[in-house]
Amino acid sequence: MYLRTGLWAAGLGLAVAIAAGPANAQTPKKGGTLIYMIAADSPPSFDGHRETTFATVHATAPFYSVLIRVPPDNPSSTTDFVCDLCTEMPKATDGGKTYAFKIRQDVKWHDGSKLTAADVAESWKRIVFPPQGTTSARVSYYAMVDKIEMPDDQTVTFKLKYPTTAFLPALADPFTYIYKKEILEKDPRWYEKNIMGSGPFKFASYDIGQSIKGVRNPDYYHKGQPYLDGIEGIFADKQSVRVEALRGDRAAIEFRGMPPSARDQLVKEAGKDVAVQDSDWNCGNIVSYNHKRKPFDDVRVRRALSLAVDQWGGAPALSKIATVRTVGGIVFPGSPLAATKEELQQMAGYWPDIEKSRAEARRLLKEAGQENLKFELTNRNVDQPYKFVGTWLIGEWKKIGVTVEQKVVPTGPWFQAMRGGTFDVVVDANCQSVVNPVLDTGKYLPKKVYPESYGDYDDPKSIELYNKMTQETDPAKQRAAMRAYEKHTLDTEAHGIVTPYWYRIVMARSYVKGWKISPSHYLNQDLANVWLDK
Amino acid sequence: MYRYIVTRLLLAVPTLVGAAALVFVLMRLIPGDVCVIRMGSGGSHVSQAAVDACRQQLGLNDHIFVQFLSFLGHYFTFDFGISMWSGRPVVQEIATRLPVSLQIAVMATLIAVVIAIPLGTISALRENTWLDHVVRVVAVAGIATPSFWLGIMSIVLVLDITYLATGKAWMPPIDYVSFWQDPIRNLSIVALPALTVGYRYSAVTMRMTRSAMLEVMREDYIRTARSKGLIEQIIINRHALKNALLPVVTLIGIEFAFLIGGLVVTEQVFNLNGIGRLFVQAVQNQDNVLTQALTMLVVLIFVVTNLVVDVLYAWLDPRIRYS
Repeated sequence: MYLRTGLWAAGLGLAVAIAAGPANAQTPKKGGTLIYMIAADSPPSFDGHRETTFATVHATAPFYSVLIRVPPDNPSSTTDFVCDLCTEMPKATDGGKTYAFKIRQDVKWHDGSKLTAADVAESWKRIVFPPQGTTSARVSYYAMVDKIEMPDDQTVTFKLKYPTTAFLPALADPFTYIYKKEILEKDPRWYEKNIMGSGPFKFASYDIGQSIKGVRNPDYYHKGQPYLDGIEGIFADKQSVRVEALRGDRAAIEFRGMPPSARDQLVKEAGKDVAVQDSDWNCGNIVSYNHKRKPFDDVRVRRALSLAVDQWGGAPALSKIATVRTVGGIVFPGSPLAATKEELQQMAGYWPDIEKSRAEARRLLKEAGQENLKFELTNRNVDQPYKFVGTWLIGEWKKIGVTVEQKVVPTGPWFQAMRGGTFDVVVDANCQSVVNPVLDTGKYLPKKVYPESYGDYDDPKSIELYNKMTQETDPAKQRAAMRAYEKHTLDTEAHGIVTPYWYRIVMARSYVKGWKISPSHYLNQDLANVWLDK
Repeated sequence: MYRYIVTRLLLAVPTLVGAAALVFVLMRLIPGDVCVIRMGSGGSHVSQAAVDACRQQLGLNDHIFVQFLSFLGHYFTFDFGISMWSGRPVVQEIATRLPVSLQIAVMATLIAVVIAIPLGTISALRENTWLDHVVRVVAVAGIATPSFWLGIMSIVLVLDITYLATGKAWMPPIDYVSFWQDPIRNLSIVALPALTVGYRYSAVTMRMTRSAMLEVMREDYIRTARSKGLIEQIIINRHALKNALLPVVTLIGIEFAFLIGGLVVTEQVFNLNGIGRLFVQAVQNQDNVLTQALTMLVVLIFVVTNLVVDVLYAWLDPRIRYS
């Protein structure tokens, strides 16, 4: 199983810790309360299985355990996974279709009772096969799972329908909290409004819409952790509040990410009192064309719009003002399955010679009879980076004579426009947690197999290439299959444009140690390894 | 008077129903719904089955008339429903935030009254003097300056001043505690927002007080009072100010009602967990139940405030009698 080899773990340009380096050599100090900002109003509910927002993870992950996770000390790795509740990562048997996890026997719930394999199995059954009346938001991630069994009271076994490299990353999803079976049986929705886990911190209090507090779990099974006595997450959706709170030391860290302007301001004002960590982000904006509307049913028009965009020239400039940076294809740039720069440059929209690229774009538009193309670009009313990316794209398209009007709408109408197909071209988003290229690239499939693909096209070849890539378990062959699928998507059919990947900038007071940035704001949030150098 | 108050309260019922119908329809004209926003706004893949289950659970698949009748029926039994976003009772959501907004509104009103009425009066009495000019400049600046901008600037100023003075930037706490829990911490949190809102509020009130006083001071009965030889202090306090306060009280009432639900940006800037912020969240999240409840609350506050203002009229002007 190549996912666990760790050979690729260095990543490609990931997790550049600017100021956190020296902390690694220090011995963690115990004590103190970490006050952190949560860049949201409040989570809809506490139930990780049900919700998809980071607000839920940032507020509740410290209270829960999961079966496996990304390594807390190296969360930027896109291929390594380690046990949290299991004793060791299992080797797949039965031709890659069975995974048997031995469950730790030293884990206690926060109410003092013992956590068992039955709790783990029940939680996972709820995630993969949600019972009537409950919601599991990521049920589609686990389409490969056939059965979840408990052959003995220390083991949980996952039996798959087919072997796939997508399984372990999906299993490491940070929302997959382990809940107590007894509680789930009494009330399957209890965890929506209540918290009771086995994680490094015990739930202390929640002020609706304001803050959530936890205290150290003295019975935590990862010995020596957590280092903090307590945690307090303060909800603040306004960026200026979060920046000022860090400057005034009312909060020590904000985990989601800030734009470059906020980083520059804070570094200028607080100097050495703040530390910055940054990383490529497994999120990006995608330009989707409505294939049901003319002229976007014409591949020449779509290719022309891709060819007009100067990704290599635009990304460095854009990165100074917006939370984007790295040019990439359909796979997250840090993954072994991602295209190299040379491979990208073979596809429309990534040519190294932008003048040649735009000349071809003009030729294609002329050939399609669309020299004076005008259309509306629907965008989400979110500054970072949607509106920046949208405005940049309009400027790029103008260079080939295309006139675009940007229609910025709130989140609800934005979704409705995409789902209802009432747009010409839209700035969509693809934001994932664990880097799982096989699942993450499903977004580029036709709508009939992937409902959140808003281009509304039918493309049997795309499905064929995707399935071939999905079912391939040999790393080299899978990589080649991914290239074929990517080329078909972005070049041959030009179904969309992948704009530069988002870039995550996390600011903290310099006394915050132990926490390391990952390619997702959903990951590594249990805070067990965080300590304060005060 | 008692009968008048009861009649006014009863007349508020059709107003509330009308407002309810209006907001019910308007909320449903916005494309999208709470389920799509909750599950999809993070950008990750969510199955259609999960969205459909959510809609079913929240009754969004029911016919709009069924939803409206259910909504009205629940209101008449004082069941304000469950927030579609958080799953908590709407009453709990509002009760958590109301004290914050109420405290800011009361404090800002006090600040406004304490500043505006004396200064507005002095400005009118010293018309076209340097004092009048200064007060007018202060008032116009207050009207022209957005409260949220003033709020941000005040925080930045505090940070800068403390940094220059002590080498360590300081700002007030951002996690609200009630006055009864910790009065000093509470006041340090609400002082800046109350001052920034109170300044704009006082500026508007100051202008109104000044113009009302100027008008009253030219009335015949003021001339009569002076010709009778009454001392100026009595003329101003008993005859002029009391009458000039009628439009001022109306303005204060409207502003107070507005502050309860309208301090959207100020609450965001100071990270105050108030009604205004909740209102915006509810609309953004397309939480119809919560938005409807908040609208009804604001309408009710306006109705009650107007009633209080009308009652105050009778106290301020003996000629006004209600029956």
